[in-house]
Formats: sequence, structure tokens, C-alpha cells
Amino acid sequence: MNRKSKSWVLILTVVAALALIFPAFAKPTTANAASNDSSVSAIKKRGTIKIAVFQDLPPYGWVNKKGKLTGYDLALARQVAKDLGVKTKFVQVNANNRVDALNSNKVDIVLANFTVTDERKQVVDFAKPYMKVSVGVISPKSKPITKVSQLKGKDLIVTKGTTAENYFTAQQKDVNLQKYDSKTQQFNALKNGRGVALADDNSYLYAWVKNNPKYTVGIKSIGPKQYIAPAVKKGNKSLLTWTNKEITKLNKANFFEKSYNSQLKPYFGSEVKASDIIITNK
Amino acid sequence: MAHSGINLIFEGQNLPRLLGGLWITIRVALIAIIAGGVLGIFLGVLRTFKNRFLRFILRLYLEFFRIVPTVVLLFLFYYILPKSMNLNLPAAEVATLVFTLWMAAEASDIVRGALISVPQHQVDSGLAIGLNRSQLYYYVLIPQSLKLMLPAMMNLISRIIKTTSLLLLISVLDVINVGQQIIEANQKQYPQGAFWVYGVIFVLYFLICYPFSLLAKKLQKD
Repeated sequence: MNRKSKSWVLILTVVAALALIFPAFAKPTTANAASNDSSVSAIKKRGTIKIAVFQDLPPYGWVNKKGKLTGYDLALARQVAKDLGVKTKFVQVNANNRVDALNSNKVDIVLANFTVTDERKQVVDFAKPYMKVSVGVISPKSKPITKVSQLKGKDLIVTKGTTAENYFTAQQKDVNLQKYDSKTQQFNALKNGRGVALADDNSYLYAWVKNNPKYTVGIKSIGPKQYIAPAVKKGNKSLLTWTNKEITKLNKANFFEKSYNSQLKPYFGSEVKASDIIITNK
Repeated sequence: MAHSGINLIFEGQNLPRLLGGLWITIRVALIAIIAGGVLGIFLGVLRTFKNRFLRFILRLYLEFFRIVPTVVLLFLFYYILPKSMNLNLPAAEVATLVFTLWMAAEASDIVRGALISVPQHQVDSGLAIGLNRSQLYYYVLIPQSLKLMLPAMMNLISRIIKTTSLLLLISVLDVINVGQQIIEANQKQYPQGAFWVYGVIFVLYFLICYPFSLLAKKLQKD
């Protein structure tokens, strides 16, 4: 093939590729009422609900030794299916494909430790939250940090890209931040005494402190609270309304407290109360 | 607590789960290699024809699958096809489809290259004894080109098998995915679990790929 026709092939290939990709953007991603495959009635008719869950994030969604899916999110997922009177079909997701799984109708609902943010609200509909997290600060028990003012001018360890880093960068400018790339690095830095304290999502910290009893979660919660909620496809009013009612109902029945005690408490230890994590406004 | 991490592999259902994941890996790869190989030989033959339109279409197909990274292809078929064409296949079937089309595309180029490398005098001799076009391919070109395409084909096959490790990105429960679940679930009890799990996966992949190398060596000799 000569050079001229080669470049034509290249151009046309690109055009063909774009033509394949384009319809995805051109089409609005809202579920319209006429063909909503994930409405409550459609799910009941089908007899199964497709639920996106993590399968590698203990204690929220993971697989135990027997090969059974388990965790705090899974307990809720099974309850939801039971109350709908349908079977469950779990679809594994990663942190970054939860939105796509909804939009491409792979799942009806996401129950995968999904934090509510303004950006995500643009693309999916969140139901009522069932869990809350916020930034916490851990420090050695011998020199505990219990107030933000104690951190002034001191070195605080964080991991890049976390809510903790964002919060301290924006709101607490007189704290010196030491930024690390991974969770393992940041905890090692704390153990080696590179900073006076470490900030991260409090749910991780509770679990870590349980295995490292020389440290304590001195500040349990700082900055804005973040909520974990079920998410449905944008515009899926039917399932959204049902889920909201379900969460309220389960809250009244103390479902989340029981679930906390069986799924999360063994991981978080006694420093944490159920009310630090679950949402109890009935 | 201080025992070696190898126990992790044999605990509970862990090993059967890993092997179950391996079976899914093998199934996707084998179907893709066989179906894609047959389709690839057919397309490769077509690509040696003089018809410009046909060659152009097949070239377009090849370049698309060669240029677009496999991850992107998987995402395209897994997320975008259902959205724009309402074709919602389970993840493992999407993977098989993508890998088959990929195998066919790359195999077609290998077959084409091998076919045109068969010496011209073989073609001339074939024509001289009165073979028609399909007989020429069947008796002369394809048998002689098989040996020429073997090394590249084996290379492609082991690439296909190894690339199945990307399947976890579209939530296929393949051997890597199961391995990660086991590692994360036992992070606290077995901090060194990752080493052992990936070690076992390494051996498993080797056991699948190595026979193909042996086969290629043997075929090359005969």
C-alpha cells in the first residue's frame, strides 16, 4: 500500500472508532419512564435485583474463606432484596466504575461504599445515606493529639488524593503536611515518628488502631461529614423512592445498628461507637 | 499468626476458588484462540485477494483492533454497547467476543504475511499443473505457510492468554480477580498473602502458556 492510501486508512480508522464511541455521549443517560428496566415493578417482574458491590473491601464488601460474599454493604443488599421479594445478582465493581455500571444498565442499584459528592450527584441519584465517614486524626497514645490547635506548625502525615489531604490543604493552612503515596507508606511514616499525627478517613483509622494499640484516634471527626448512600441510575424515581422508604424503615427497625455490630464492630474495636458510623436519625 | 503465608492458599475454599477463576480464564482464552484463529485464517486468505474494497475493509478492521488498547476495547464493549445498542451481554461473554475479534484481526495479518511469503515459483508451479484458485490455496499456499506463521501465531496465543489478566477490569471473576479478593479478605491475618497468591497465579499461568511453547517447538521441527 502506498503512503497516501495508508494515511487515509489511518484517518478512516480514527473516524470509525469515534463513530463507535460517539453515540454513548450523544445519548442522554437518564432512564426514561417508558423503558425503565430498573423500576421497582420491572425488578419484581424479573425476579432478581442486580446490585453492584465491592468484593475486595473488608469489612464493607468482601469474600470470606468459604467463598461467600459478606460485609456491611452486603447485609443491606440482601435485606433490600428480601424486602422486594426478589433474588440477588451481585455484580462486582471497582471504585471507578460504579457510575458506568449504573448507566449501562449492568446493575439496578449500587451499594458499594459510595460516598455522596456534588460531582457524583450530577450523574447518579443518591438515596438516603446509611453511613457517615469523616476525616480523623491518629497519634501515639503517649503524645495524643486531641485538638486541631495542637497541630499548628507540626508535621501531619496524609496520603495524596484523600479527603484528609484536601481538607487540611484548604482549611487548616498552618499545619505542615507530609504527603505519601500509599496507605502502607503513611502508616510506616507514623510508626517511624516522621510526624506527630496522621489524618485519613476515620473508618480506616479505627480499623488500623485496633491492630496497633499504641496509637489512638485522638480526633474522631473533623471537617465536613461525608455520607455513604445507595445510588440508582439518574431519573429512576421508582427505585429511588422505594429505597428511601426502605432505609427509613430499616432505620426504625435498628437494622443498621445490628449490622454494625455484626459486620463492622469486629474490625473497628471498642474505641468506636455505632453512632460514629451509622446514621440514627429515625 | 506467624505461620507462613502458603497456608492461605489451602484455607477454606481458597484453592477451589482460584482454580474456578482459572477455568474462566482458560475458557475465554481457548474459545477466543480457536474461533479467532479460524476466522483469522479465513480473513487472512481474503486479504491476499486483489479486490481493493475488500482489502480496505479488512485493513480497517485490523488497524482498529491493533491500535486500540485491549482495555479500551473491553470497556467499549462492556459499557458503551449496552448503552448505545441495548445489547447487554454478561461480562465473560463480552470478554470472549472482544478477544475473539482481536485474535482474528491479528491472526489475519500473520496469515496474510505467511501466504505472501510462500515463494512465487510454488504458486507458478501450482498454476502450471492446472490447479484452480481454491485448490492453489488448499494444496500449496496454506500448507506451506503454516510453518511460516507458527512462531508469530504462538506469540499471539500466549499474548491472548496473558492479556486475560485485564478481565478483572470488567468484573469477570477470573483467576487474578479471585486472587485479589483472597488477598484483601486476609490482609490482616496474612500480610504477606499477596506474595503467595500472585506466586500461585504465576505458576498457573506458566502451566497454561508453556505447553504452547513446547507445541510450537515440536511443530517447527516436524
